[in-house]
Parts: sequence; structure tokens; C-alpha cells
Amino acid sequence: MTNEPAVLVLENGDVYRGEAYGARGETLGEIVFNTGMTGYQETLTDPSYYRQIVVMTAPHIGNTGMNDEDAESRRIWVSGFVMREPARRPSNWRSQRSLGDDLAEQGIVSMSGIDTRKLTRTLRTFGSMRGGIFSGDALANDADLLARVRAAAPMAGAHLADAVSIDGDYVIEPPDGVERVAHVVAVDLGIKATTPELMAQRGIKVTVVPSSWTADQILAREPDGVFFSNGPGDPAAADRTVEVIRAILDARVPLFGICFGNQLLGRALGYGTYKLRFGHRGINQPVMDRTTGKVEITSHNHGFAVDAPLGDASESPHGYGRVHVSHVCLNDDVVEGLECLDLPAFSVQYHPEAAAGPHDAAYLFDRFLDLMNGRRTLEGTR
Amino acid sequence: MPRRDDIHTVMVIGSGPIVIGQACEFDYSGTQACRVLKAEGLRVVLLNSNPATIMTDPEFADATYVEPITTDVIERIIEKERPDALLATLGGQTALNAAIAVAEADILERYNVELIGASLEAINLGENRELFKGVVERCGADSARSHICHTMDELVAAAEDLKYPVVVRPSFTMGGLGSGLAYDEEDLRRIGGAGLRYSPSTEVLLEESILGWKEYELELMRDKHDNVVVVCSIENLDPVGVHTGDSVTVAPALTLTDREYQKLRDVGIAVIREVGVDTGGCNIQFAVEPTTGRVIVIEMNPRVSRSSALASKATGFPIAKIAARLAIGYTLDEIPNDITGSTPASFEPTLDYVVVKVPRFAFEKFPAADPVLTTTMKSVGEAMALGRNFTEALGKAMRSIDKKGQVFHWEGEPPTGEALDALLAQCAIPTEQRLIQVQQALRAAINDPDVVDRVFDATGIDPWFLDQILLMNEIALEVTGAPGLDEPLLRRAKSHGFSDAQMAKLRHIDESAIASARVDAGVIPVFKTVDTCAAEFEAHTPYHYSSYDEENEVQPREREAVLILGSGPNRIGQGIEFDYSCVHAALTLKDQYETVMINCNPETVSTDYDTSDRLYFEPLTFEDVMAVYEAEKAAGPIKGMLVQLGGQTPLSLAQRLSDAGVPILGTTPEAINKAEDRREFGVVLETAGLPAPQYGTAHGIDEATEIAERIGYPVLVRPSYVLGGRGMEIVYSREQLADYGTRMAGVGDHVTDAPLLIDKFLDDAIEIDVDAIFDGDQMFLGGVMEHIEEAGIHSGDSACVLPPVTLSAADLDRIRVSTEALARGIGVRGLMNVQFALASDVLYVLEANPRASRTVPFVAKATGVALAKAAARVMLGATIAELKAEGMLPELDASVYDDHARIAVKEAVLPFKRFRTHGGLAVDSILGPEMRSTGEVMGFDETFPLAFAKSQAGAIGGLPLSGTVFVSTADRDKRAITFPVARLHQLGFSILATEGTRRVLSRHGIPSEVVRKKSQGKGPDGEPTIVDLINDGYIDMVVNTPSGQGARADGYEIRAAATAADVAIITTTQQLAAAVQAIEALQRGRFEVMSLQDVARDIASMRTPR
Repeated sequence: MTNEPAVLVLENGDVYRGEAYGARGETLGEIVFNTGMTGYQETLTDPSYYRQIVVMTAPHIGNTGMNDEDAESRRIWVSGFVMREPARRPSNWRSQRSLGDDLAEQGIVSMSGIDTRKLTRTLRTFGSMRGGIFSGDALANDADLLARVRAAAPMAGAHLADAVSIDGDYVIEPPDGVERVAHVVAVDLGIKATTPELMAQRGIKVTVVPSSWTADQILAREPDGVFFSNGPGDPAAADRTVEVIRAILDARVPLFGICFGNQLLGRALGYGTYKLRFGHRGINQPVMDRTTGKVEITSHNHGFAVDAPLGDASESPHGYGRVHVSHVCLNDDVVEGLECLDLPAFSVQYHPEAAAGPHDAAYLFDRFLDLMNGRRTLEGTR
Repeated sequence: MPRRDDIHTVMVIGSGPIVIGQACEFDYSGTQACRVLKAEGLRVVLLNSNPATIMTDPEFADATYVEPITTDVIERIIEKERPDALLATLGGQTALNAAIAVAEADILERYNVELIGASLEAINLGENRELFKGVVERCGADSARSHICHTMDELVAAAEDLKYPVVVRPSFTMGGLGSGLAYDEEDLRRIGGAGLRYSPSTEVLLEESILGWKEYELELMRDKHDNVVVVCSIENLDPVGVHTGDSVTVAPALTLTDREYQKLRDVGIAVIREVGVDTGGCNIQFAVEPTTGRVIVIEMNPRVSRSSALASKATGFPIAKIAARLAIGYTLDEIPNDITGSTPASFEPTLDYVVVKVPRFAFEKFPAADPVLTTTMKSVGEAMALGRNFTEALGKAMRSIDKKGQVFHWEGEPPTGEALDALLAQCAIPTEQRLIQVQQALRAAINDPDVVDRVFDATGIDPWFLDQILLMNEIALEVTGAPGLDEPLLRRAKSHGFSDAQMAKLRHIDESAIASARVDAGVIPVFKTVDTCAAEFEAHTPYHYSSYDEENEVQPREREAVLILGSGPNRIGQGIEFDYSCVHAALTLKDQYETVMINCNPETVSTDYDTSDRLYFEPLTFEDVMAVYEAEKAAGPIKGMLVQLGGQTPLSLAQRLSDAGVPILGTTPEAINKAEDRREFGVVLETAGLPAPQYGTAHGIDEATEIAERIGYPVLVRPSYVLGGRGMEIVYSREQLADYGTRMAGVGDHVTDAPLLIDKFLDDAIEIDVDAIFDGDQMFLGGVMEHIEEAGIHSGDSACVLPPVTLSAADLDRIRVSTEALARGIGVRGLMNVQFALASDVLYVLEANPRASRTVPFVAKATGVALAKAAARVMLGATIAELKAEGMLPELDASVYDDHARIAVKEAVLPFKRFRTHGGLAVDSILGPEMRSTGEVMGFDETFPLAFAKSQAGAIGGLPLSGTVFVSTADRDKRAITFPVARLHQLGFSILATEGTRRVLSRHGIPSEVVRKKSQGKGPDGEPTIVDLINDGYIDMVVNTPSGQGARADGYEIRAAATAADVAIITTTQQLAAAVQAIEALQRGRFEVMSLQDVARDIASMRTPR
């Protein structure tokens, strides 16, 4: 903790004065809150948070430090980090560095010491908005700072997946002792490390490929299934990937999507997407699997959602047959999963790979495997 | 899917008397369950022997049985009420054990009653340690290596294999009774031997020591669709080795990464599934090795527990309420989250605050007890606090404990050198003082930068927590060293949990000076909301806690508010009985006013957000109460504050609050003082012409001696302003008085600073307790209770009977006149409790307390009159005449001799068995003027003998129906005992007696055998004394009426042995007569049971106003 001031300015003119943390300077982005009580390292390194300033609602952050095992990608992606009370002394048998050190080293302008609950209530009421953290030399009068915030690019309409994706492909093999049973090409739109890991544990060889790959490139690898990952940005701005998905659907190769992947599958099938007022970001969200009627506690990180009818299966507007909303969030009835009844494709809006979060939905990777093996019928298991 | 339609009547079992390890959290859970089941349109049949509970208020069930929780009684009730289902997972270990017993006796099968919540198989899997180990293994998780033992030889052999130290855990005991850590074979023989005796299945688990590991708990819920949620994670600040009930605990867990936390969650879910808790809650305890992260499952409770009450209050997720719904067939997603109203219960609460629970101990009442904290729970209560960070919550929780010496301080110099080494050595042994010792040791950080590591090595407390305490020490230095207190420093100190009082000490100025500096600087707390979801959704339940943060969430209101101060953490002398009155006030005033509860005890019904319109979970200190008052004043009009219902804690704030401008409702602070101040009270007595034992008030022991010699020994000595007879003793000589003075000076307790009250002690008096309401003009005498034990035993520890069974109508009239004169003289508006002593036909006034008393709920249950509700109304201005007209009070009160009244006996439940001396012996169980009981039961029947028999069955194992009785009486009683002892002989008992008693019995033709007194010691050929015989289990009942000092002492030895061995003990001739009649009645057949509702109907039909 320092006594160096930092200022958070929201697009609506609200100003919060706290203490600088991590790097000094200026950062702008969409400001969102995350309600997870654990998992700040996973959150920071989740590419879906690219161009977002994340506010943690849990007051104590950094208690367990940072380690080399829990990161979900190669770097921290959030554009800014806000917490109430950073740890002065991390304490955990796996801790290797402090949170503050990592944030500073990676240039993440952060701050602490503000009423994060007030900020959360504001975002809940007025919706996610643009904001900026300013410290050190970037400090100026509030009006100037507000002008800089208002000049920042909004999240709606932003195409960001290419910015977080990789340059070249790589392969993750099943661990020793696990028989290889399938091959999946995973399109990295901002993929988290745990996702291919969980597939590999089930005997799936995963080839992770850049977001720029075409359907031909993907299919040339002769995959048993294609996976579309989570990622940042507005699904409405991702036309190229939507076309790739349509080509995979046309090829009838089993397809599974998570989060951004779910929104893009929705678009490929002909449904719209829309921006939620403040999104779902946390690890306690109740989702009902409408196939089994069971509730799972799930990890969420999405600001956009698919606009598909919740009732009986509907006809895909793009002619891909019947589509069923397979999962729904019980808090607000937001569509959390799609399942094609006439094609081998399904997706969920939330994060079965968890990290951070509960493991309740890991069965979806088994469903994907079943789909590839033809063990799962298109009509589902109802 | 809606609820099951095959269940119409549900029987619920409560947890019985308050004991250590099982307190009013089960009233909270049981009350919630009853409310829910009734709201679902089910017929609710309730059994609980504890009259002080809210759940046994007649409106919470359709048939309420305040009867002993025994297999026999349960069968009688089942026979009568024919329930479809039995719900036993909400009444603690008592209810669970009772349910197992009736199930195993095939009673459930015979009457076709389904055990809901958890099946017998699930209960067994969860509770039986050997089976549970298998469960853990099947879940792919680890248990501590262990062996199950049934004999001492097996224990010794197992310990050789596991290597010392080893943990001893008896099966099927509650609150960890009988468990402990054995460092060598001697320890093992002592602890293990006791454990084998405590375990109903003579079974003890011996396991590898995981001492010093990090300890965590998860609270889980599961529904019939196999949906599972983790409601709360709790981290123990004290590492493994201290019972979780005695540990400082924190929610949520703060020192685990997500991966580590999810591993606990996965194991927890696997365990609840494998055990098969079908519908409801359970808690699972884990140990995590701090250097490797290896996880061990310690144990699980397949039921709602103390931790689940804590978790409910900590998160706003009402576990018991939801467990009750799940038990009747709902699923989690069908149950709405009360707090948000818009989201379902099938989620996991997320906290944007930190919760800290601190235990409250009562070692000062058991000076001989070993104060080391172990895996056997010893605390009697707890306080919880919420803050926006750990330090804020910790500071608030510690001051909520309301006990001197239990908050951080910075007096003297930081420890160095040998003093530091010694302090670290003390920290290594967990006691009540450890947290303070740790904080003091951390003050050494200014000279020794490695002290955090040294404290960690000594205690195993996670360095993150130590660093937070270090932070508080750093701030203390800033506060001390600052030239002035500016806004940033004030805010920094307040937001890290410093009270005004602590800061005042640091600055050597008045608390009020800090408070005004703070207010001037605009540093005032805001109130946040417990909303289960970290503000993701809007909350509709005003459940608040204070924080030095920015945004205030208290909503404006239009109705006038009544603020009710609760009683804080449970302690001996101030517990559930006071919470009862607070809850009643809230419930009855809700119609007219916005009721606002302030309390810090997570176990209670008062801190259920359903009880009042607004709940503030805050410490009951002047500063914290004023902050709530100011916030509510800003929110809308305030009628005033009720301080007379929560016991001594709120009462002692009355004057300061009033001086600060808070309108105090009911009896004024001046009137309260009139009753407390001996001089002023003397004037009241004199004016009313009422006799009182001679007395005096002393400042210091010299003055006390002077007074004692003037009025003559024996005298009763005590500090003023105490509850539960704290520090009260009967003193027979100058030497004893000097000794008392020395001991009191050494006790670090705020009450010992108060002036001493000296009263003439009346030997041989009948003590009488009275609860009354006075409206300024008229009095309603709620109940007159006659003590069964002789005077000199604290009223909270002695049995009493209502209505009085030996007092005449004329006596009642005198009591009425005296009580009314006192009420008028003091200026009571509301409740008053008076203690009288009837000696040589003179009715002496011992004391009068113008507040709710411990007996209010008992009186209310026994008479069917809602005394606490009526009192609350009177405090708000209603008259007794109005309340009679409304029907809230009956026309006739307890001053009228009622021939139809059913007899209620209240018996105290004492915790002596739980406290052991360092050598492992039971502490001396002498009863005296200082209260030591933790709870009470009520026996209710048509006659005194039957009511008495029930009270004994509820409190201890009950009266024997055959066997050996030991009789030893004072000379003056010898005439009176011949008839009852002769009857015992006829009823088939063998009689043992002391020599003097034997002679008297012999001349009356009653055969008896002589046994040696304790004071005689063993005979030449090793003939045992009576104490030896009791210890060895040869005696089934003890009759010992003491007289004078010497006999009293000898009797106490016998009593101690009887208590430790759970042998029935009779100390008065009245009690003996009652016991004999009770035994006779019991030999004829079983108890008849009657619900409170039937009693009320019966009485209404019989009673004709005269």
C-alpha cells in the first residue's frame, strides 16, 4: 500500500479517490465488477477481460500472492484493477510473487482503498460504462480526466479477439497414461489454459489455433471436433469467425463453444446478441441444465448474451434446423447454452473449465466427447 | 416440483437445555423450521424441554410439548399426534441422538413415521467415525490415519502405531465432549478412559495429530434433485487443535487460492452425496497442511449446526429455513432468496465484507478448570461482527465480547528479549488470552522485523492474519505519535477496527473527546447491507452492519422506530432468556412501529433478519449503539430505545445513552439506578415499609470488613452491577472476606471494579422470585416462583416451582403488596423482577431489578401469558387495563391462588462435567451464590411430584426407579425425612446413611447400612467413603440436606461426585418428598404428556373468574 493518490473516473462523472497500486499512469477501459471471492490470478490472466477495468467486490485481494501454476494465459489482460484492500504480505505455500509486483511489472495501472461496494451498486444500477484509473504523472483535474474517459472507445462494437489470440498453432497432448481418443481444433479467441487441459485429461488431443484461421485451415487438420473459446469484445463485431462457424456447421463436424464461442454460434445460427446492463462476472451463478433439470453453480464472465427464445426448440433463422436453449441462468433467465437438435453442435455461455470457479459444469467436456464419438444422439439425452 | 403432498403432520425435536456446545443457535434454527412448516400449511408438533426458547412459544407450532426429550416421551407424543414425518436435523446432537434412539427402538416403523432431512443410514455414515473414514476414502479424499478403539488396551496399542501426540475423539458426543490431545501414555489413559465412558457406544477414535494445520469448514446444502450448494466457507484463525467453537473464525476463507478452495468444495460435495444427506444442510471440516496443501477431511455433521447458524448470519442465507423447505420436498431452485426476492436459493452467497466470530469463555466461574483450549469445546457464547475488512470486523467482534481485557491494547512497552520469549511460549498454548498475547508479541516488530515469523512458528496462525494484527499495531503507533488527529488518520484507525475507547487510551484523553473530534472531521460510519450477492442484485432486507466506508445504505422510513438492544454474546447468567424478551418486543411492536434490533450474537433468534423490521449486527457498546441511533435518526422519526430487555449489557448503557439524548422507553435510567444504588434503594424500602436483610456498600475490602462486622457474619458479598451473581459469595468470617478481596483484585473483569455490596445472609430462608409488570398505576403479577434449593444458591442455579407449592394465599398477598410498593417506589414502567426471602415468617426483599429477568420465558410458558409482549407494550405507553381489555393479559394474575393451575418446575442444567482440572478430574461442582448453570428445562404436569420428575428427567438422567439411595441430613431435618425414606424403602430401594441418620432411621424401623463420610476418609480395611461409592457408580440417588458451614462443605463433596456421575441429588426435604412421590408415580407408569395448547384449552374451560 502506498500513500500515492489514484483517481477512478467513470463516464457518468463519478470520481473515486484512493491509493495507487501496481503500475502508475493512466488506463482506460470498460469498468466491470467481479464477485468471485477467490481466483483473482485467474481473473487477471483471463483474456476475456481485455480492455476492461475489473473491480473485485471481495475486499481482500492478493492474500495468496501469485504463482506460476494458476495463470490462465501468458500475461495479465485486464486494463486496470480495482480492489478495496490489497494484501501487504501474501501468504500461501504456492505463492511466488506478490500481486502488486506482478501488476507493476506488467504495467497494469491499479488502485485500492475505495468504496468498491458503492462502485458496484452504481454499475449495477446504471450499467457497465467506460472508466479510467489515473495516478502518478497522469493525474490532472477531474474535468480533464473525465474528457479522457469519454474519449475512450466503447466496448459495444469492439472486435478484440485477434488482439488476444496467438500467432501460431500449438498442440496439447493427453497426459501420460491417458489414451488419445479424439482430436479437437480449438480456435483461440482468448482461450483460457484450463480449457485444453480439461479436454486433454479426457484423452483429447487439442490443436490450439489462432483466431485468424479459416474454416479450410481448421478442417485441413481433420479434427473430430472444433472448439470455439471464450474471448473479449462484442460478438456483433466478429463476422469473420461467425462465417468460420457456419462453415464448420455445414461440414457437420461436431462443434462446441464457450462464452464468446456461444455468442458466435448463436449468431451463426441466426440469432441476435445484445449487451447486458452489467453482465455476469462471478463464480456463484446458478444455471439450470434444462436437459436434466439440475442446477449447477458456474463461473461466468460475459457482458453480452444470445437472444434466443427460451420456450420450445426454435428453428434456426439461418436454416440449421431446430435449436434448443439448453441452459438458462436462474438469476435473470439469460440464455446460457444452445444445443442444435439437427446438427452436432452445442455451446454454453458460461465457463465449464471454471478457473476460477466451481467444477460443476465439467461434464460438458464429456458431452463434447460423446458428441464426437457419436455416443450422444442429436436429440440429446432427454 | 411442489412440496410433497404425502406429509401432513411433522414432528420437530428441539435441542433441549442450553449446554456448552449446543446453545440457542438451535432455537434459531428450530424456530425458522417451525415457521416455514406452518407457513406451508403443515401441522407442526414440537418437542423441546427448554422453556426459554422462542420455538416453544405456542404460536410456532400446533402442538408444543415442553417435556423431557426421551424415547418414552417421544413415543407418547407420536402415539397421540400421529405425525407423518420426524424432522430431527435442526435440533442439534440432542435431537439427532433422540431420533436415532426412537428409530432403533422401531417406534418410527411401528407408527409409520418417516425420518426426513437425513435418514438413519446417513446419520450413521456421518457420525460413526469408522464408517465416515470409508466415506472419505470413497470420495477420493484423505482422512487422518486412525484406529477405532473400544478398550484401553486397544488405545495404547493404536497410539504406538500412530506416534504421539494423538487425538482422542469419542463417538457420538456433542461439542467434542471428551476429546483431547494426548502427548504420552499417561495423557492417553486419562483422556481416552473418559472418552470411552462418554461415548454411548464405548467407542473412541484415535488419530494422527494434525495439530497446527490450517482449519476450514464448509456449509453445504443438498436437495432431492442432488443439487448442492456451498453456502459459506469458514476459516479458523486458530489452527487445528482448538475446537472450532472455541476458535476465532473468519468468513469467507481468506488464505486459499481458487484451486485450493475448489478442491475443498469438490470433496465437500462428494462427501455430502456419499453420506446421503438427502435434503438439508451439513458442515464439513477440513485441515490443510500449511507447507504442502495436503487436505484432510476431519469430520462432518449431517445436520444443521452451530456453524450453520453462524454461516446463515454471516451470509444472509438462512440455512435452517431452507433445510426445512428441502425436507418437505422443495428443491433449491424453487425457493426464493429472501434477501433479493428476485433470485433463487440455488446459488452460492458471495461476500463483499469479512465476518469474524470470537468466542466468549467463562473460566472465571470455574477457577479450578484447566484453561487450555483443546478439541473439547469450552466457550459458552460467541459474538460476530462484520466489517469491510478483516481488521474492522476483528476490532468490532472483540469489543462485542463485552469482557475486560479482551480487546487489543498498547499499554506499556513492546516486549523484548526474555519477556518476548516468554510471551511467545505462552502464545504457543492456546487459551482465552492467546489473541491478546499474539497482538502484544507482534508489538515487538518495531525492534524485531522477524517477529511475525516467530509468532507463526509459535502459534501456526497464518502469517496473513498476523500481518493484519501487525497493521493494527502500526496504526496504534501512528495514533500515539501524531501531533493531532486529522481526518485521514482518524479514518484509517476507524476503518481498521479501532474503537473510540481504544484511541482515547492511546491519546490519554476521554473517549468523548475522540468521538467529537471524529464527528467534527466527518468520520462517521456508514451502514452497508448483507445481501448474499456482493451488491449484484438489489437487496430488500434491511440487514446492516457498520463500516467506515463511503456510501450509506440505510433507507429513509416514515413509521416511528423503536430500537431494541439485545444482550450480546451468551454468557452464564445472560443468555437465551434475555433474547426471548427482545424477540417478543420486536414481534409485538412490529404492528405499530418500525422495530430495529441491535445485537451481535449470531446464535440468536433476535439476529434473524425475519424477527425485526431492521437488523443491525453491531457491538453493544455506547459508541456502536450511538452510531446506529444517529443513522436511524437520519432515516426517520424515533420513538425511543428499549434497554431493559437484553439483560445487564444494554442496561448498563442506559444512563450514558440517555445523557447523549437517546429517548429511553419504559423504566427511566434514573429509576434503574434507584434499584441498583443501595442507598437509594434503601430509601425506597424504607418508604414502603419493607424489610430487607441488613446491608452496606463498600469501596474496597477494608470498608467491606467494617460493614460485615457491623451486620454480622455470614454475609453475602458481590460487586454491584452484575448479572448471574458474578463474584458473589457467602462469607462466614473475616479471613474468608480478606481472601475474597485478594481473589477479586486479581480477576481482570470490569465487574470487579464496581463497589462491593454486602448483605446479611439469611440461613434457612425460602427464596421467592417474582416477575411483574407495572404501568405506573397498576401492577400485573406475572409469576411467583418458589425455589426448591435453600437460600444461598443463585436463583439461576436452583430449581423453582410455579405456582409456589408451599405458600399460602396470605403469603401471595404479602408478595403482591410488597412487589407493587417496590414498583411504585422505584418508578418501574415495564418488567420488574424481585427476589424475596421468607425467613421466620418475615418477607425480606433481597433485590429488585427493573428489567426483564431470566425467568420471564419460564413464567410465560408456565402461565400461558405473553409477559414479555405485554411488558413491551407497557413500555411504549399501554396500560395494564388496556392490555386486559385487549385480551393480551388475563383478568387475574399470579397473586390469586389458582386451584386449577398446572405445576411447572424449572431445573437448572450445569456444565461441571465439561470442565476438568489440569489433572483431568471434574471441577468442584459446589453450587453457590455465583451462577454457573448454562441452561434450564421445564417439567410441566398436574402435580408437583410429576412436574418435578419431568424436570429431573429433562435436566439429568432422571430419577431412579430402583437401586440404592444415600441419605445424610441435617439434624433439624431428621424428623421430616423419616416418612419419605420409609416410603423409599417400601418402594424397593436399599438405604445407605451416615451414622447419625442411620440411628434415627433405625428407631423408625427403617433398615439402612452405614457408610463412611468423606471427611472420615477410607476405613482401616479400605472401606469406601460415600464419595468413593458415588464415583464407582453404586449410588442411584443422593439425599443430602446441609446446614451450617461445615455440613455445607461436606455436602458439597458429595454433590460434586454426584454431579460428575450424573446421579440424582436431593438437597431439601421438600425436594425429597417430591422426589419420592415422583418415583412412586413413575413406578406406576409412564409420563402423561400434554401440549401447551391443550393445557391452555383445559385451563380456559376449568377456570371461572372469582
